[in-house]
Amino acid sequence: MNEIKEKKTISEETSSDDMKVLDDLTSSEYKWGFVTDIESETAAKGLNENVVRMISKKKNEPEWMTEWRLKAFRYWQKMEEPTWPNVHYPQINFQDISYYSAPKQKPKLNSLDEVDPELLKTFEKLGIPLEEQKLLSGVAVDAVFDSVSVATTFRETLKEKGIIFCSISEAVKEHPELIKKYLGSVVPYTDNFYASLNAAVFSDGSFVWIPKGVRCPMELSTYFRINSQDTGQFERTLIVAEEGAYVSYLEGCTAPIRDNNQLHAAVVELVTLDNAEIKYSTVQNWYPGDKEGKGGIYNFVTKRGACRGKNSKISWTQVETGSAITWKYPSCILQGDNSVGEFYSVAVTNNYQQADTGTKMIHLGKNTKSTVVSKGISAGHGNNSYRGLIKIGKNAEGARNYTQCDSMLMSDKCGAHTFPYIEVENESSKVEHEATTSKIGEDQIFYLNQRGISTEDAVNMIVNGFCKEVFKELPMEFAVEAQKLLAISLEGSVG
Amino acid sequence: MEHKNVNEWYVAKFKSFEDKLNGQSKSFLHEIRKNALNSLAELSFPTNRNEEWKCTNVAPILKHNFIPAMISTVPKFQQDEIKPFLFKDFDYHLMVFVNGLFAEELSEIGNLPKGVVVDGLNRIIKNNPDSISKYINNLSKIDNAFNALNTAYSYDGLVVIVPDGTILEKPIQVLYLNSSKDDLVLSLPRNLIIAGKNSQVSVITNYRGYGDKTYFSNIITEIYIGENAIVNFYKIQNENDGSYHIEKVQAIQKKNSVFNHYNINFGGAIVRNDINTLHDDQNIETHYYGLYLAHGKQHVDNHTFIDHAKPNCMSNELYKGILDDNSRGVFNGKIIVRRDAQKTNAYQQNKTILLSKTATIDTKPQLEIFADDVKCSHGATVGHLDDTSEFYIRSRGVPQELAKSMLIRAFANDVIDTVKIEPLKEQINHMIFEHLHRVEIENEQ
Repeated sequence: MNEIKEKKTISEETSSDDMKVLDDLTSSEYKWGFVTDIESETAAKGLNENVVRMISKKKNEPEWMTEWRLKAFRYWQKMEEPTWPNVHYPQINFQDISYYSAPKQKPKLNSLDEVDPELLKTFEKLGIPLEEQKLLSGVAVDAVFDSVSVATTFRETLKEKGIIFCSISEAVKEHPELIKKYLGSVVPYTDNFYASLNAAVFSDGSFVWIPKGVRCPMELSTYFRINSQDTGQFERTLIVAEEGAYVSYLEGCTAPIRDNNQLHAAVVELVTLDNAEIKYSTVQNWYPGDKEGKGGIYNFVTKRGACRGKNSKISWTQVETGSAITWKYPSCILQGDNSVGEFYSVAVTNNYQQADTGTKMIHLGKNTKSTVVSKGISAGHGNNSYRGLIKIGKNAEGARNYTQCDSMLMSDKCGAHTFPYIEVENESSKVEHEATTSKIGEDQIFYLNQRGISTEDAVNMIVNGFCKEVFKELPMEFAVEAQKLLAISLEGSVG
Repeated sequence: MEHKNVNEWYVAKFKSFEDKLNGQSKSFLHEIRKNALNSLAELSFPTNRNEEWKCTNVAPILKHNFIPAMISTVPKFQQDEIKPFLFKDFDYHLMVFVNGLFAEELSEIGNLPKGVVVDGLNRIIKNNPDSISKYINNLSKIDNAFNALNTAYSYDGLVVIVPDGTILEKPIQVLYLNSSKDDLVLSLPRNLIIAGKNSQVSVITNYRGYGDKTYFSNIITEIYIGENAIVNFYKIQNENDGSYHIEKVQAIQKKNSVFNHYNINFGGAIVRNDINTLHDDQNIETHYYGLYLAHGKQHVDNHTFIDHAKPNCMSNELYKGILDDNSRGVFNGKIIVRRDAQKTNAYQQNKTILLSKTATIDTKPQLEIFADDVKCSHGATVGHLDDTSEFYIRSRGVPQELAKSMLIRAFANDVIDTVKIEPLKEQINHMIFEHLHRVEIENEQ
């Protein structure tokens, strides 16, 4: 209760907007070293129609939304858990999960001294500023904290341009016409097991709408998102770029995020209309489990973008270093003529991590183009699979695809696998696929050693070179952090 | 989609097959047959829900009630009737099978080096079953209903045994002629090739259809390649257009051995080839070469698999497809590099040309790598004929059709050029030419 009081006193001093922002930012994920028992409103374990209704009611959702969730739930009940991915994990008991938990007030720590030293070490290596470190680890921060004011300025600028950037729950209430039109239009609730589950019980997520002809002046990020309260177990993101609009969206965070939720099943939907472009970048660094492979997060995500309009473009960039199991295939449906889909990915598996990731490029429109660059790095006992589909439809005249997937192996116990599917139904299209797998070059390490560079730095340099094509697609700051992150993920994996 | 009643049909026919065996029912092979029959009763035929058969719908095959060749009347052929089907201009040992059954009177085995066996499976079972008991059905395991069907009715097929240290100079040409008048025939050759230590052998299998009645070839070929042995295996498939062809090749290679497999497909309504090789020791070399030309409504599916189980081996794979009209091609090239298989080099390439708007290709090169000190790569391309090259040729006064055919033959040449028997190479090239100009040739006639 004390914390809440404290908060109230601050909120008297600052504007309510600011407060909300602060509130959101401070309630980030870190739960390391919990001592105080916090009362939180958590639904009993298990899933049935009542739980779905309850979630919807808690969020004050309108009737149509509740119905949509229920439809998804009923459909989900008839579905079977997929077993085709190349990952192994004990069966999940879906009745043993609590599907709703109200945003919790986290205990505030008084200073960074109380934070787990190992986490601080990681922050340091990533070069995260002190204030941000505090924020991420749940230390109470001053009201004048930089990013808060930054966030407020952001919000005003966005409003001016007519951009909507809010939580899905807020959008359901305030922009129902947009939600009705677009939610589930790319990933329908019938899509797959986890997408259906998400549709039934999604907690919250982001909604972005860029009006016609507007170029979003800044990179939007969940990190600075105004109404986010909790990353949540079942997130749902919807981004719509109207004609001629552009937005770059960043998801995730390079700092390690500890989370008690074992199963994450998020859904991301992107829609671009004529001449619009969405650039979606992800850095995922969730808890991967310990060195023996115990614990860790299961990340089962459905991400899909639809290039509905002519000359539209969707570009996915991802750096996946965390999670015990990653299972995601950011995809593009290239419906509009001349539309472009891109997928750039770096996936690292170390220790006992498993990743089955890749993309689907569905070419339907004429002269559609897609580029896929996937870099997999396996170390320790990690298993890394690339699974991709390139489909050229009957009417996709002149479609063009280039795929390159390279794997690097760093230990004799890890695995790298590729499962590319190529289905072509149009003779005027051109599809190229290239894949290579090899060990990290001993001669390269030797060359660098010989120049006085330690083996660890040498490995970092080589890996960074290997991933350069992907990193150059990331926004600047992200790219720098991602490089460092990669180095940390692979620490001690060679030698 | 289940095809249960199909299994019942073949299980029910087994009794009359058994009656025809003439006391052979006590041989070890009959035990294998009976076990396979049990599997056949339980296994369902693959459907599109099965990942390995995702792109190939076998329902058209299963809707027919085929009669196993043993219990149907076998047509008789004269020497000169089969002549046009043979590859010529080089010396060979000739084996002829009609509907999968050995036709001794048509075969010309000729002189063989000491200890070499080239014979029909049924005769080996009668005369010297011990020579093959260790191998047959041991190399290949039943993994689907088609294998079970072949094994349950296994009766005849090619058997080649080359003892240690023997080199068979002349290749063995094997003609599988399939034809029938009344029944829908099911031809079930069961082939076995055993190459001992330091031996060398080349086998040309030649599948042909006679007449245009529908039939179904369901084949299993087992190949054992001993230490330092070299085996060249050619398959030229030109069944008639209404017929079905399924073959499973299972090869096992020992130390320092070399295996070259050529897989050239022209005919068949639905064609499925499974070519699997297991590397059972070190320093092994495997080459797969494939070429398929399809037109009309043909469906050609090639599944290749190389299991790199041991270190210091290399494999190289080159498959090319040329698809016209409404045809559909499927390629799945699987390479597994096991944990122990360090210093593996594995290369794979699959290239496809689509000649018509309605031709489709599904290709899936698949690498699964568990060792770290390896070099593996695969490439897959799909495209159409290069317009600028075509323009260049046409600007030299070559008519369009011929220009296209030249480009296609050049495309196919990468595969054909690796054929080691010169006259065979020429004749395959000629077959490609005939295939590409089939319309003109028909018109002239």
